[in-house]
Amino acid sequence: MQPMSLSYSSTAPALVVDNLRKTYGNGVEALKGVSLTVQPGDFFALLGPNGAGKSTLIGILSSLVNASGGDAHVFGVSVNRQRNEAMKLIGLVPQEINFNQFEKPFDICVNEAGFYGIPRRIAAERAEKYLKELRLWDKARHQARELSGGMKRRLMIARAMMNEPKLLILDEPTAGVDIEIRRSMWQFVSGINAAGTTVILTTHYLEEAEQLCRNIAIIDHGTIVENTSMKRLLAKLDVETFVLDVTRVPDGLPVLPGVALRRVDEHTLEAEMARTHDLNSLFAALTAHGVTVTSMRNKTNRLEELFVRLVEQGRDKVAA
Amino acid sequence: MSNASANLVALNTIVRREIVRILRIWTQTLIPPAITMTLYFVIFGKLIGSRIGTIQGGYTYMQYIVPGLVMMSIITNSYGNISSSFFGAKFSRAVEEMLVSPMPNWVILTGYVAGAVVRGLAVGVLVLGIALFFTSLRIAHPAITFASVLLGAVIFSLAGFVNAVYAKKFDDIALVPTFILTPLTYLGGVFYSIQMLGEPWQAISRINPILYMVNAFRYGVLGISDVHVGWAFVVMLAFVAALAAFGLQLLKRGVGLRS
Repeated sequence: MQPMSLSYSSTAPALVVDNLRKTYGNGVEALKGVSLTVQPGDFFALLGPNGAGKSTLIGILSSLVNASGGDAHVFGVSVNRQRNEAMKLIGLVPQEINFNQFEKPFDICVNEAGFYGIPRRIAAERAEKYLKELRLWDKARHQARELSGGMKRRLMIARAMMNEPKLLILDEPTAGVDIEIRRSMWQFVSGINAAGTTVILTTHYLEEAEQLCRNIAIIDHGTIVENTSMKRLLAKLDVETFVLDVTRVPDGLPVLPGVALRRVDEHTLEAEMARTHDLNSLFAALTAHGVTVTSMRNKTNRLEELFVRLVEQGRDKVAA
Repeated sequence: MSNASANLVALNTIVRREIVRILRIWTQTLIPPAITMTLYFVIFGKLIGSRIGTIQGGYTYMQYIVPGLVMMSIITNSYGNISSSFFGAKFSRAVEEMLVSPMPNWVILTGYVAGAVVRGLAVGVLVLGIALFFTSLRIAHPAITFASVLLGAVIFSLAGFVNAVYAKKFDDIALVPTFILTPLTYLGGVFYSIQMLGEPWQAISRINPILYMVNAFRYGVLGISDVHVGWAFVVMLAFVAALAAFGLQLLKRGVGLRS
């Protein structure tokens, strides 16, 4: 027996969001006409500060929030008009823990599959497969409340995979998770993506988005302020700041055209320079001043720097 | 796999999960009503009932109250099961598992109602079994007996569902049973025949839907009733239709469930 039959277009974009609006009952306008497209197989980052509208957008896509206007299509299937068909294609990993903590991980996964019409035998096989892949199999028969925070998050990923979705939406899945577990989660999700599942990710860990995602949209105040490929976005970063660890900061710093050199403390310098500027001349000038550089790093993550800049620009526009 | 088969799997999943829940917490779901009803049988049926003698149709008071107490157990447990289970799912946000799935609303409603009916009927059988330790009964009309308990359980499951949808805190699911359900049950002819009341109390009693359920069930078991059994079924079916339509409408609009 096979699970529910699916009727979608395999050639259509994984997601088309068309002028989506949401005004809550208290008058808050969370989405002000959001439009974006995600191609099949993409690993797409949806970033934005708290309260920007990310969770509202995900809520509408997963039918937990009723849109005030506009529509979204998942592989050509309308979320508004063909809700049940569209939901068959989506797997959701929400921000908040939302399973019954008194149930067992195995039952949570099997029941989830049941809600999608997947027969129990297939559901049991899938539950075993995904709980094993997410290293939860030894806890499969324990009550979910006994799991650690990281395990609960992985359980939500396993649960979202039960219907083997074509579009997996992860809403801050690694919030509060330690680095080791976070990496194992990304390894799993990258594998799922490599196997063909389109992934949409929201996260506040921007280095994650930079490493994993190929395309990106930044949302703020309910509007998309940037929607491009990660490469193009990072190329927009025209100025970078480096932190240099040095043996000793001299009394007089060298003056270099195009480089703003600042003393942070006795053993640290900061160099702000255009991305096109070469580093050789900086090192040559420092060497000439008797300064030995022991290590160097970016002051902030590149995407983080752009993100802050874009969000600030957006706020300036709103203020104006 | 057709959508009909998929819906059947989804329905089976909800019912199965509800039954597992009922059995997991059996000390809360099955034992308390059994203890409460045993006390009713001992105090009202044996101790006080032995001084009352026979009542309507030549039945002892104990025999007379058994159908009412069984029906009372069924409706309070059906109501309690669905209101606590569905509100619990709302409170823990586990309800989102169902809301984001392709399941139609009628499957969610039917699944929860079926789970509540299972608990109501399980408690009913348990209470009836206990009653047989105190008195003997011969079911006069088995089909009417079964149909009336089933409809009674369905009506109060649907009512409990509506309560759970609107509830914002656990107190809200206790308010209706305390201030509406219990008074209506006690005034619904569980312990007495409304023929013992004068006017206008007899007429007022006829507004109480529980009166029809208790009497339909009593007719099924003992063959006596204060109301016409046909009317009792009309009233019960009307409540089922109205509450089911209301419950589905709440799910469609996402009241208390979707933003």
